[in-house]
Amino acid sequence: MPKIHFLEFGGREHLIEVPAGTSVMQAAVDNNVPGIDGDCGGECACATCHVYVEPAWLEKTGERTVPEDELLNFASTAQENSRLACQIRMDDALDGLRVRLPESQH
Amino acid sequence: MSTLAVNRAQYEAQAVPLDRIDVSDPKRFQDDTVWPYFERLRKEDPVHFCRDGMFGPYWSITKYRDIMAVDTNHKAFSSEAGGIIIVDRNVGERFPNFIAMDPPKHDEQRKTVSPIVAPANLANLEGLIRSRVCTILDSLPRQESFNWVDKVSIELTTQMLATLFDFPFEDRRLLTYWSDVATTFPQAGQPIDTWEKRDAILAECLAYFTRLWNERINKAPGSDLISMLAHSPATRNMQPREFLGNLILLIVGGNDTTRNSITGGLWFMNQNPDQLQKLRNNPALIPSAVSEIIRYQTPLAHMRRTAVQDAIVGGKRIREGDKVVMWYISGNRDEEVIENANSFIIDRKNPRQHLSFGFGIHRCVGNRLAEMQLRILWEEILRRELDVKVTGEPVRVPSNFVHGYSSLSVRISA
Ligand code: HEM
Ligand code: FES
Repeated sequence: MPKIHFLEFGGREHLIEVPAGTSVMQAAVDNNVPGIDGDCGGECACATCHVYVEPAWLEKTGERTVPEDELLNFASTAQENSRLACQIRMDDALDGLRVRLPESQH
Repeated sequence: MSTLAVNRAQYEAQAVPLDRIDVSDPKRFQDDTVWPYFERLRKEDPVHFCRDGMFGPYWSITKYRDIMAVDTNHKAFSSEAGGIIIVDRNVGERFPNFIAMDPPKHDEQRKTVSPIVAPANLANLEGLIRSRVCTILDSLPRQESFNWVDKVSIELTTQMLATLFDFPFEDRRLLTYWSDVATTFPQAGQPIDTWEKRDAILAECLAYFTRLWNERINKAPGSDLISMLAHSPATRNMQPREFLGNLILLIVGGNDTTRNSITGGLWFMNQNPDQLQKLRNNPALIPSAVSEIIRYQTPLAHMRRTAVQDAIVGGKRIREGDKVVMWYISGNRDEEVIENANSFIIDRKNPRQHLSFGFGIHRCVGNRLAEMQLRILWEEILRRELDVKVTGEPVRVPSNFVHGYSSLSVRISA
């Protein structure tokens, strides 16, 4: 099963293993990784699953979708490598993915 | 509400022909009898057209997933074309603000206002808010009945707003007054019976804020909202009507909603003593209880959109130009998505999964602020072991939009 490294804002790291097909948001929520809320349940409708993808993984995780881009557009803490974690699905090609969490979700 | 009234409402909701159901009647919100109507619609006609509504023809969207579909489809469903409440206003008279704008203008202005209510900024306010909560709670009368809405809910939210705007503290109740006026539709026999009267009062509000704006624009940028609006490139050239529109948005957004969640929370805990006991036994449940209070209250009963292209929702064809009302208050009781939706349960598995803040690009920017205020209030109530007993039925507001209370009589025994 593919693994994800979550780096909390304070620096604490969590290594989570999930079945392929699981979204990065769901992986965090199901395993109680603090710092990802996922209020809308993965509908790309709340932006409370904001993460920063480590640059080395940017290409593999692909492009933001249009609605994702709209929501990230007015998140004040968004950067170039910001993604909504519910829009990234894990598969073997993403095994070892590293994402950083923002200070808070809004 | 009496059992008799509940039974009568249930009977009537079943007896009326489906196409005659108009859930928008403010009276049903005032006497709390709207529930069986929504229950019937969710079951029999979840996307429901009402031809002869009190506020004109409109679609009711009553189920969680259909509401989510409309809320996230801002291309088909505009906030700008007809505003965000079921009542139509003459376009020329409206006070424009970003809740009632579509992209790209919406996004620009939202981006400006959003940082002040983002968690990082709120952390700076927490101490101040807590000390104000403490002062209010410690000064409440003991062994005598008083109105919780006035002494706690209004006072606390008003102080909060005054802090956010850096508004003259002694004039703070003006904020409450303007908020009430802004959400009032003129009605015969009420203090505000014409749109002209309403607009005249809001003009006073504009004059007051314009004075504050002028003071702040000549000073270095501060962290209060008015200073931010005055200095930000996205908002500093706003027309007066637009400036007022955005101020009203923040006043109303931060006022009625939080106020009614404060009152609702106390009422629900009194109605469900087992849940209150659970909370007292485990204060770590406060954040989850706060989300449940906000779901159960649904402080804004609906948001309205206008279709700007044809669209299918729940199998029904909605046509360009149609008025579409998302009843959050109904979607939050949708058993298909929320288990035991009609019960107040403070330790749900997914307490944050509710519609009260909306979803999509207009999702409430103030949600973290609202949650923080409620969290602090409940932390301080529990810390003091305040025993607040409700001594009568709440008095509700006759509105199909602001879902709330004008009074709740309580008594503190210890
Ligand atoms: C429990 C409390 C609250 C509830 C239930 C609530 C509810 C909502 C809802 C449903 C919307 C979505 C509007 C739409 O989709 O058209 C909204 C938007 C908004 N709320 Fe709140 N709100 C609350 C507290 C606050 C507070 C404390 C503030 C102020 C600081 C605030 C400011 C706003 C603003 C500015 C918007 C417009 C966002 C946009 O259009 O992009 N709200 N709120
Ligand atoms: S969980 Fe809501 S946008 Fe990702």
